[in-house]
Amino acid sequence: MNENARPIFTVAPRRASPAGWIAIVAVAMLAVVPLLCGGPVVDKLTTLCVYVLLAVMWNLLAGYAGLVSVGQQAFFGLGGYFALRLVEAGLPPYPALVAGAFASAGIAVPISLFLLRLRNGEFAIAMWVTAEAFRLLVMFDPLVQGETGTSLLALNAYEPDLRRNLTYWVALASMAAMTAGSYWLLCRRIGWAARAIRDDEDAAASIGIETMRVKRVIFIVAALGCALAGCIWLASAITFQPRTNFGVQWTVFMLFMVLVGGLRSFEGPIIGALLFFAVQEIFGDFGAWYLAGLGAVAVAFALYLPEGIWGALRSRTGIELMPTQVKHP
Amino acid sequence: MPVAILEGTSLSKRFGALRVLRSVSLSVAAGEILGVVGPNGAGKTTLFGVLAGALRPTEGRVLLNGDDVTAANAARRCRLGIARTHQVPRPFLGMSVFENVLAAAAFGGGLAGQAAQEGAAEALHRSGLVDCANRPAASLGLLDRKRLELARALATRPRVLLLDEIGGGLTEAELDVLVGLVRDLKQDGMTIVWIEHILHALLRAIDRLVCMAEGGVIAEGEPRAVMADETVMRAYLGGVA
Ligand SMILES: Nc1ncnc2c1ncn2[C@@H]1O[C@H](COP(=O)(O)OP(=O)(O)OP(=O)(O)O)[C@@H](O)[C@H]1O
Ligand SMILES: [Mg+2]
Repeated sequence: MNENARPIFTVAPRRASPAGWIAIVAVAMLAVVPLLCGGPVVDKLTTLCVYVLLAVMWNLLAGYAGLVSVGQQAFFGLGGYFALRLVEAGLPPYPALVAGAFASAGIAVPISLFLLRLRNGEFAIAMWVTAEAFRLLVMFDPLVQGETGTSLLALNAYEPDLRRNLTYWVALASMAAMTAGSYWLLCRRIGWAARAIRDDEDAAASIGIETMRVKRVIFIVAALGCALAGCIWLASAITFQPRTNFGVQWTVFMLFMVLVGGLRSFEGPIIGALLFFAVQEIFGDFGAWYLAGLGAVAVAFALYLPEGIWGALRSRTGIELMPTQVKHP
Repeated sequence: MPVAILEGTSLSKRFGALRVLRSVSLSVAAGEILGVVGPNGAGKTTLFGVLAGALRPTEGRVLLNGDDVTAANAARRCRLGIARTHQVPRPFLGMSVFENVLAAAAFGGGLAGQAAQEGAAEALHRSGLVDCANRPAASLGLLDRKRLELARALATRPRVLLLDEIGGGLTEAELDVLVGLVRDLKQDGMTIVWIEHILHALLRAIDRLVCMAEGGVIAEGEPRAVMADETVMRAYLGGVA
């Protein structure tokens, strides 16, 4: 082909998306809510932050990297457990909560060496078994007292309003940082690599992508997010019970939020989290049947509306608030 | 004797009890176009898998520029300069055509930023896919998916390009374009190994031909001489002893 015949390609400059600015303003406004509203509102918003955080993390893992895990409660539970242990060792509660989350993400490193070799269903099941194994191990710790569990009593040292607000700010900061961080990752090379691996792992390797390394980074980031969520949950619930903190219901919640809101889009899971929050508000928690119902709705979406609410909206209207794709100029 | 850029020495591959490659030795000289033919099931695609690092050989070694790369995984071999297309296309279905190729330019090609985008655009241009750049890969038909395989491999800026039956299904005019492209790539200094059943197109592009049957090389050398070889004729009639 003639050298001169090649077209010259120019790349359009990247513009800051308006949705990004809206998100920054929204977080800033959320940050001042405790100064304006009462305790119940703050508590509810803390819960909402945990849901959004969990949904975004599961979408990063499953929607973008194809790592369908049903055992993220392993990191959720371990985060809380490590925080308890660190408080026991003398750390003040809030630093202990954050450090506990990082310790839990640290556990994701050795786990990734073994589990990321597995694919699809095998990986999913192995993650679930891992979560159960951690739950049983943690129950051996005298501090946890088996099924009974324990409480983060050190938090009672804080005046209740201050505690509620601090927990909320940690939740908001974690949610905002992890969401922005995942978006940043997804718009970069590693984001393209993750999506390629999700679509065809061997083909991804054939174009030079170190698939193990990419999967490991995503896995550890998602573990950190889930662990932060677990620590925030501990701070707001105060009690730690292996059956709850390592419970499979967290996976059901994540599945519901991501599949209903829209897998593989950045906006979908956030919408799913808002919806799930509303569902929780209206129906409360009705135990096993409620969980089964959530699961059934999630499966129905996976079967009949696999792109979720946001995906359907996007294909009908063409709107895209937080695009992660790269366009050919 | 020109330097071998890619070499396989006594490569064997077994899938359980099935011996698919039986001590295949193959040497590709820098800058040549080597054709590979052979009946279905001869082990041609498996040989590519072993050369590109997707499959571990049961025995034997793979050398790139004289360096042993047998232990290197597929990703590393790609970055070292071996690219392959898949006989059955394996596009990243959840990404656009452009993103498929961009990932190849960024990882296999080691390009960043604007250079990666330009590398991807050029690979699309050469493969005749530039008009589909922003379409989802899932919307492509089989022929365009084969072109995407080619574009992705080219975007990794290979030194050795392994083409696995990319000519199937093309019209005569399209085959002419493909043969022209392969010759251009050779002009650019690329080494190419091309598995193809469409002989008349293959023979217009290649310098040397290897014929495989039942997991072994049964003939190699000057293309027309290989095709005229008696063992080769018998293999194609389905009756190799
Ligand atoms: N992963 C695998 N597991 C088991 N058997 C395999 C595997 N891959 C290939 N084979 C077998 O190995 C043999 C050679 O296959 P291969 O695809 O290499 O042949 P080929 O020469 O490329 O044939 P074709 O011209 O049809 O593409 C076939 O009998 C095939 O069934
Ligand atoms: Mg084949």
